[in-house]
Amino acid sequence: MIKILISILSFAFLLGQSNDMSVQDIIRAMDENLNAKSRVLTSKMVVHGRRTSRTIESKNWVIGIDLAFTEYLSPPREKGTKMLKLGDKLWTYSPQTDRVIQISGHMLRQSVMGSDMSYNDMMEDRPLIELYEATLEGSEEIDGRSHWIMLLEAKVKGLSYPKRRAWIDKEYLLPTKEELYAKSGKLLKTSTMDGIKKVQGRWFPSRFIYKDELKRNSKGTEWIIDEIAFDIDIPESRFSKALLRK
Amino acid sequence: MIKFLTKGLLRDRSRSLFPVLVITLTVTLVIFTIGFMQGMLNNLLLDTAVILTGHEKVVTRAYSEESQLMPNDLALMDVDQLIENLEQEYPLVDELGRDYPNFFWTPRITFAGLLDVPDENGETKAQGPVIAFGIDFLSNGSRQVEIWELERSLVSGKLPENSNDALISSKMADQLNIRIGESVTFIGSTMDNAFTTYNFNMSGTFNLRKGQTDKQMMLVDLSGARAALDMDNAASAIFGFTHSLYYDDETAVALRTEYNKIKSDSLDIFSPFMLALRDGNQMGTMVDISGAMMAIMGGIFLVIVMIVLWNMGLMNGLRRYGEIGLRLAMGESKGQVYRSMISEAVIIGLTGTVVGTGIGLSITYYVQENGIDYTKGIEALSNSSMVMPNIFYAQVTPDLFYIGFIPGVLATVLGTMLAGMAIYKREMAQLFKELET
Repeated sequence: MIKILISILSFAFLLGQSNDMSVQDIIRAMDENLNAKSRVLTSKMVVHGRRTSRTIESKNWVIGIDLAFTEYLSPPREKGTKMLKLGDKLWTYSPQTDRVIQISGHMLRQSVMGSDMSYNDMMEDRPLIELYEATLEGSEEIDGRSHWIMLLEAKVKGLSYPKRRAWIDKEYLLPTKEELYAKSGKLLKTSTMDGIKKVQGRWFPSRFIYKDELKRNSKGTEWIIDEIAFDIDIPESRFSKALLRK
Repeated sequence: MIKFLTKGLLRDRSRSLFPVLVITLTVTLVIFTIGFMQGMLNNLLLDTAVILTGHEKVVTRAYSEESQLMPNDLALMDVDQLIENLEQEYPLVDELGRDYPNFFWTPRITFAGLLDVPDENGETKAQGPVIAFGIDFLSNGSRQVEIWELERSLVSGKLPENSNDALISSKMADQLNIRIGESVTFIGSTMDNAFTTYNFNMSGTFNLRKGQTDKQMMLVDLSGARAALDMDNAASAIFGFTHSLYYDDETAVALRTEYNKIKSDSLDIFSPFMLALRDGNQMGTMVDISGAMMAIMGGIFLVIVMIVLWNMGLMNGLRRYGEIGLRLAMGESKGQVYRSMISEAVIIGLTGTVVGTGIGLSITYYVQENGIDYTKGIEALSNSSMVMPNIFYAQVTPDLFYIGFIPGVLATVLGTMLAGMAIYKREMAQLFKELET
């Protein structure tokens, strides 16, 4: 009897919430939190390998969804390596070889710096609302916080993850947990985020954890945001191929 | 008695020379044929051993489970120490008191990625997938150039002399339009799975003449591979080869079992783990089939040769029908005549076998060292995906030292024994009647 009562109350609560905010509103709000006109950030990527863990520091400059420039600051082997994204093209520069190399084809599915993230993961940062059709599946408490469970199914072709399930925090409007699936329904990656704080009027996580579920014994990759600034002016010249070699 | 019979044989060439020649030729043929078949089958296994498995291969336990993925993050560390231990502690003597064959051990890095060819502005001109082998070419006393037969396989340019020199298969060099001396960039992952790019200088092109095996192959020195993949004193595997390059499955399996019992910790995924050639993909079946084929073909050949020599012994005995009759008439007992015939057969058989074994082993050894070149025939099959050796070598093995005695002595003596049976069946009355005519 109690179980039935709880279920009815939960359902009513769910209806109440989704009445306040439509599924589209939730996704749009989530996009607004995660995307910006521009951003400059300094971050650390902690790659937990099967033997050791490595920390890679980098600085990123991003404008919208088409322009991104990354410079790796440490460790020494990676220092000076740069990446440039222009639209759907990606180049990398490595000081050891003094070569600018375009990453294309199957290389885009390779891991970035040995992490659980691929180049495709870095490239696909278009707003979710443009890419997916969302369905509300239910609601769940995680660590005492209320979340919506949302199933996102691709409405455009060629995405790395045609299906994803997101647990969206009802207050922060951020997907604190996500499962990313292949078209076949096979789980490819999981991601979580924490350390959420208010930055320039938006909720933004200070730590992401990605885990490639296809890598056996993978311990995942932490991406820690040390500093982030939104909507600042970045000169277009920052995104030139010539800057890769400088 | 033996001295007497030997003198008789030497003085009567009609009784000794022809049988000894036949036995010598036959035993020579047996030794060489079996040695050549063993060598041929060993060559088939050696090709796989050189490229993929070694006669023995030491990897980490985790690497052995995922070896198809070339997971260099699971590579062996402290490789110099591991090799020193292997060289010091092996060969061992097994429980039967036999020495394990002496192995030489060499580190190997196997990796894959993309090969990027720049244009004059350093921009990508061509790109293609590559499977690369980091091989210890430059160490003192390294036998890698020899076992890869690179001097013969070199199509243009020269062998690697520096750590960043690379040999690229002529098929891939043509496809990517690379010329000798040009720099090519390897794009792949380090042993920490970090993105890496590394410039190699193309010092030469090669063609292993083994069909499609080397289509995307690049060979670099171990030091270059280590620099490219950040694998200081690490290796994907340590390959072990017998000094003779002959694979003996029984001892290889015994060494692998012994090593894993003592050195490998089943609870530690990074502990070293030895695999014999037969432990590779389907190689066990191939080793078993080649062993069975060898036994069947060798057996059939031996039986045919035995029939020939047995028949010769039989004919020799029957040819001496009159002589034996005379000796019986002169009062020699049947037993004496029979024993002397057998003793003569043993002397003839032994002489022919010893000489035949000597000649057979010499020819086999020559072909073991120099081989018989079938390159043109194999090149005609170059579209085949089968890994085929193009020079066949014979192999001198311990069994060749005694196998000739089976047809050479045993068959000859058996033939003589059968012919001599007739002695006992002859009646004295009949004998004198024969002598009167």
